[in-house]
Amino acid sequence: MSYFRAHVLVCAGTPCMLKGAGAVKDALCREIERAGLQEEVRVVETGCLGPCDDGPVIVVYPEGVMYSKLKPEEMSRIVQQHLLKGRVVEDLVYRAEKEKAKPVVSLEEQGYLDRQYRIVLRNCGRIDPDSIEEYIANGGYEALGKALTTMTPEQVVATVKDSGLRGRGGAGFPTGLKWSFTAPIAADQKYIICNADEGEPGTFKDRLILEGDPHSIIEAMAIAGYAVGADQGIVYIRGEYHLSIERLQRAAARARELGLLGKDIFGTGFNFDLQIRTGAGAYVCGEETALIESLEGKRGEPRLKPPYPGVAGLWGKPTVVNNVETLANIPPIILKGAEWFRGIGTEKTPGTKVFTMLGDITNQGLIEVPMGITLREVIYGVGGGIPNGRGFKLAQTGGTSGGCLPKEFLDLPMDYDSLAEAGSALGSGALLVIDDSHCIVDVLRSFMKFFQHESCGQCTPCREGTARLYQLFSDLAAGKAGQDAVQLIKELCQTMQLSSLCGLGQSAPNGVVTALQYFEEEIQKHVAGECPAGVCRISMGSRAV
Amino acid sequence: MKSLDELAKIRDEARKKMEIRAGESGEKTKIIVGMGTCGIAAGARETMGAVLQELEKRNLDNVLVTQTGCVGLCEQEPILEVEIPGQPRISYGKVSAEKARQIIARHVVNGNIIGEWVINR
Ligand SMILES: Cc1cc2nc3c(=O)[nH]c(=O)nc-3n(C[C@H](O)[C@H](O)[C@H](O)COP(=O)(O)O)c2cc1C
Ligand code: SF4
Repeated sequence: MSYFRAHVLVCAGTPCMLKGAGAVKDALCREIERAGLQEEVRVVETGCLGPCDDGPVIVVYPEGVMYSKLKPEEMSRIVQQHLLKGRVVEDLVYRAEKEKAKPVVSLEEQGYLDRQYRIVLRNCGRIDPDSIEEYIANGGYEALGKALTTMTPEQVVATVKDSGLRGRGGAGFPTGLKWSFTAPIAADQKYIICNADEGEPGTFKDRLILEGDPHSIIEAMAIAGYAVGADQGIVYIRGEYHLSIERLQRAAARARELGLLGKDIFGTGFNFDLQIRTGAGAYVCGEETALIESLEGKRGEPRLKPPYPGVAGLWGKPTVVNNVETLANIPPIILKGAEWFRGIGTEKTPGTKVFTMLGDITNQGLIEVPMGITLREVIYGVGGGIPNGRGFKLAQTGGTSGGCLPKEFLDLPMDYDSLAEAGSALGSGALLVIDDSHCIVDVLRSFMKFFQHESCGQCTPCREGTARLYQLFSDLAAGKAGQDAVQLIKELCQTMQLSSLCGLGQSAPNGVVTALQYFEEEIQKHVAGECPAGVCRISMGSRAV
Repeated sequence: MKSLDELAKIRDEARKKMEIRAGESGEKTKIIVGMGTCGIAAGARETMGAVLQELEKRNLDNVLVTQTGCVGLCEQEPILEVEIPGQPRISYGKVSAEKARQIIARHVVNGNIIGEWVINR
C-alpha cells in the first residue's frame, strides 16, 4: 500500500546520528513491524530539524509532534501509544523552552519555529534528502526549469542583483554583483565553486544544508552556471563531512539520471555538471583563493587580490565562488522573484540568516531567522536564554574572527552593516554566547590559540602576530604580563589588521579589539594580577616585575 | 529532463505521497478512528486498514487519517468520525471494515450522512 496515514521523520543529521539516531530508527522500524503498522506508517530519514542539542529527534505527521532526546527503548511507547492509539507521549515531547511546564505539541505551534522563517532550510527536516522526487514535490528544479526556458542569463543575474542577496560565507558581498563581473567575460571555460569548507569552529550550518537538502545546492549551481556561462561546478567540501559528501554524490547521480545535470538540460542546449572535491580541514582553505590553490593541487595559501577569482580563478579561468547558504537562497529567488525576497529581512540585507547557536545558550543548534532580528530576540527568544541561572556576559557573532559584544548591544539588529559598525561581523552566522562565569582574557586566549594554529604562515604580520597575541594573552592569564601589555596588544592588532595579506590575519584581532573597547577594565586587572571572574589561576608573587 | 511538463508530472506524483506532512490544514476532510484498547479489541485495526485501502483505491489525497483514544463509548467501538471542513463532526458507531468503506463512498465522497449508523451529532 502506498497510502500511509502517518509519516515519521527521523532526523539523520550528523549531530543526531552521533547521539544514536541510527539505533533509534532501527528500534522504531522494529516496533512498527511488531505492531503490524508497516503498511500504515512510513519512516523517512531527513535532514536536520534544528534542536541538535536535544537529539535524536523525530517528528510524527500528520500531527507534527516532535519528540526529542530519544532512546531506542522508548520507541515501543511511541509506537504503541502514539502511532497505534493516537495518544501523544507527553513526557518525550520536545520542549523549546525547558523551563516551561507545558509541553509544546505541534511543530508549528512550538515557539521554536515561531520566530523562524525558513528559506534556506525549507526542506531540511521535511523531505528525504536521498529522494529527488521529494525535492521535486516541494518545487525543486522548477527554478532551474524557469531560468533555462523563460529567462536569459542576463535576466537571471539581474534578478539575483535586484533581490539584494549578499554572500553568506562571511564577507557579505552582493551575489548578483559578483555574478555580473564574471558573466560578460569571454572565456573558453568558467567555473562555479560551492564553498563548503566551513572551517569556523562550532559552525555546522553548511553541513546540515548539504545533508538535509543536497539537491538545492545542485540546482542553484546549475542556475549560477547558466547565469555566468559556466558548464562546470565544483563543490569544495570538508573531508570530514562524510554524510554530506555521500548524500551529495547520490543526489548528483540521481540528477544525472533524470537529465537535470549533464547535457541539454530541459532541452535548451545548456550543459552543466559538477564534481565533488574534499578539503583537508585547514581553516584558511575556506578563503576563496586558498581554496582555489588547494584545488590546483598546491599548498592552501591565499593569493594576492586582485585579480579576483571572478576574473582569474581556478586554472586562471573566471570562477564564481559562493557559499552553500548563499546558493541555497537562489532557487527560491528565481522562483518567487526579487520583490518577494526583499520583503523579508531588512532593506540593506534582505532575506534570512542561518545561525549556529553555541556556548552558554539553552537551545543550541541551527535556526533560520529574518535578517535584522536583535541579539536579544535570538538569545532569549529562539535560543531559550542562558542556562543554569547565569547572566549574559558577551556574544561573539561571526565566528572566531567576530567581535565580542557586551549586553549594551543586545538590541542591535543582526545584519552585516549594524554588526560591522559595532566592530563585529555577521560572518558565517556563528553565534557564541558566553555567560558571566567566564573570564575575557581566558576566552581571548583560546581564540588566539586557534588563529596561531590556523595561520598559514605566508605573511609576517599574521604569522608572528597571532603567535605573539597568543603569548601575550597566556601571560595575562598567568599574571605574568608586563605593564605595557595592553598597549602592545593594541599596536599588534592594528598592524595585523592593516598589513595582513588575507582575511584571516586581517580579522583575527577583531575579538581582541572589541574586548579592549568593552572589557578593558577586566583585562587591565589581569595586568595587576587579578582575575575578577576567578578563572585565571594567578598565583601571588608570580607577577613579572 | 526535456521540459517543465515532465518535471510537473514527477512533482504531482510525488506530492500525493507527501500530502500528509502539510499538517492539519483546515481544508482537509478528517477521518478519525477510535484506537483505544476498547476500539482495537472491537476490530478498529481492520477498520483502519479498510479506510486506508479505500482512500488509496479512490485516490483521495485530500483526506487526513488520524486516530484517537477511548471516548467513553466503548460499547459503540470501533468508532469512526468524519469531519468535513465547515460541517459538524459526525460519529459513527460499530464501524466494521465494510461499513468504513461505505462511509467513505457515501459520506466522504458524496456528502451523504448515513443516518442509521450515527451515534450523536
Ligand atoms: C580565513 C577565511 C576563511 C573562510 N572560510 C570560509 C568558509 O569556510 N566557507 C565560506 O563559504 N567562505 C569562507 N570564507 C569566505 C570566502 O573567502 C568567500 O568570501 C566566500 O566563499 C564567498 O562566498 P559568498 O559570496 O557566497 O559568501 C573565508 C574567508 C577567510 C578570509
Ligand atoms: S594573513 Fe595569515 S592566513 Fe592569510 S596569508 Fe597571511 S599568514 Fe596566511
